[in-house]
Amino acid sequence: MRRFARAVWVVTRKDLLVEARTKEILYTTVFFALACVLVFAFGFVRDGQALPDAAAGILWIAIAFSGTLALGRAFERERQGETLRALLIAPIDRPALYLGKLLGILIVLAAVETLVVPLVALMFQAALFDHALLMIGLLVAGTVGFAAVGTLFAAMLVRARSRDVLLPVLLYPITVPVIIAGVRGTAALLQPEADQPMARAWIAMLIFFDVVFITLALWTFEPVMTE
Amino acid sequence: MGFDFTVLRLLDVSRTYGRRRALNRVSLTAQAGSITALLGPNGAGKSTLLSIASTLLQPTSGEVRYGDVEARQGGAAVRARIGLLAHDLYLYPELTAAENLRFFASVYALSDVERRVGAALARAGLADRRDDAVSGFSRGMRQRLALERALIHDPRLVLLDEPFTGLDEAARNALRARLDAVRASGAIILLTTHDTAAVAGLTDAAVSLVDGRVAA
Repeated sequence: MRRFARAVWVVTRKDLLVEARTKEILYTTVFFALACVLVFAFGFVRDGQALPDAAAGILWIAIAFSGTLALGRAFERERQGETLRALLIAPIDRPALYLGKLLGILIVLAAVETLVVPLVALMFQAALFDHALLMIGLLVAGTVGFAAVGTLFAAMLVRARSRDVLLPVLLYPITVPVIIAGVRGTAALLQPEADQPMARAWIAMLIFFDVVFITLALWTFEPVMTE
Repeated sequence: MGFDFTVLRLLDVSRTYGRRRALNRVSLTAQAGSITALLGPNGAGKSTLLSIASTLLQPTSGEVRYGDVEARQGGAAVRARIGLLAHDLYLYPELTAAENLRFFASVYALSDVERRVGAALARAGLADRRDDAVSGFSRGMRQRLALERALIHDPRLVLLDEPFTGLDEAARNALRARLDAVRASGAIILLTTHDTAAVAGLTDAAVSLVDGRVAA
């Protein structure tokens, strides 16, 4: 178990080190997410008043779109020097490789969310920080679910010619339940009287999705990565 | 030391891609302390054979045995004893030479990482460039670093895909000397080339592949 955890961390640390050098994924995803929120703010905020539930929807759309960018780029790096093949012939457990990549993407997305959430709160005058713990619970559980499926698909498609098109085409239909749960949970917290039990129910639903998606991904990653 | 073996056997190995047969019932044996050259023109199936020997590809039929162990049975233990230098060099250009080697040493869960990294950089002639990003290296420097990356865990089976390509005379001689040393340490070396002059006097055996078959 310790060896497994160490292997996960070795892969994550390498991804973070590469990202720290280039800041390529961070800059592109942050820029994209911020642009997304600003454009929607012009459309959905009239006379300083946002449409009901718009903030919840925009927040999760920004996370999903920027997450897709991050996923594609994280595996594109491994494809360019074919370094993924070097990892596949190393004595590292395939599930550890999957979790290492997943953790790296989650850390980048967490950084994106620390900028996007306050911006959504500001532009849509949304009380996203009134129930901070529940909001963090929704963000963590939702992002894990989205990235868990995305990491698997991005790895599967790394050798596909039209991977940039196929990733969102495959990813969004599967992660619709996660995005809906995230949006409804966030909307529940943004009611004039925050519906905390409902938000907790959506968090529980997201955790259920996370468990299912991660289990399936760990189970299928080995055969998927074997040519 | 965990799992080890002293002989690699490919038995009637075939590999098809759709309707195209890249390898057709190829058999060969390579012993520890030997260099076997896989010769043949482009598209003969040399790289496919190396990919199969490295466990990256599964044969459509036939068997690859590392000592007495078949690839699928051996899993991570077999992979821990294989080093592969492919045409793509498997290096991260954003990282420095030392960081690349340190990462792969960690992936192989090696002990004494810094000593190994220092020794590998010295052998590659890159000790003074250890903290430079690989993106600034020439092809020859990358090739030398990639070779040391493939050898950092002292693999029993060393697979080299066209290792002499793009090297000048001095670099070729250095590579030949390095391969001699690796052979002397007891490794099974399998290398592909279409340049027979580059491996003249170096190899212990040669297998010619033509259209996926071992030529008579």
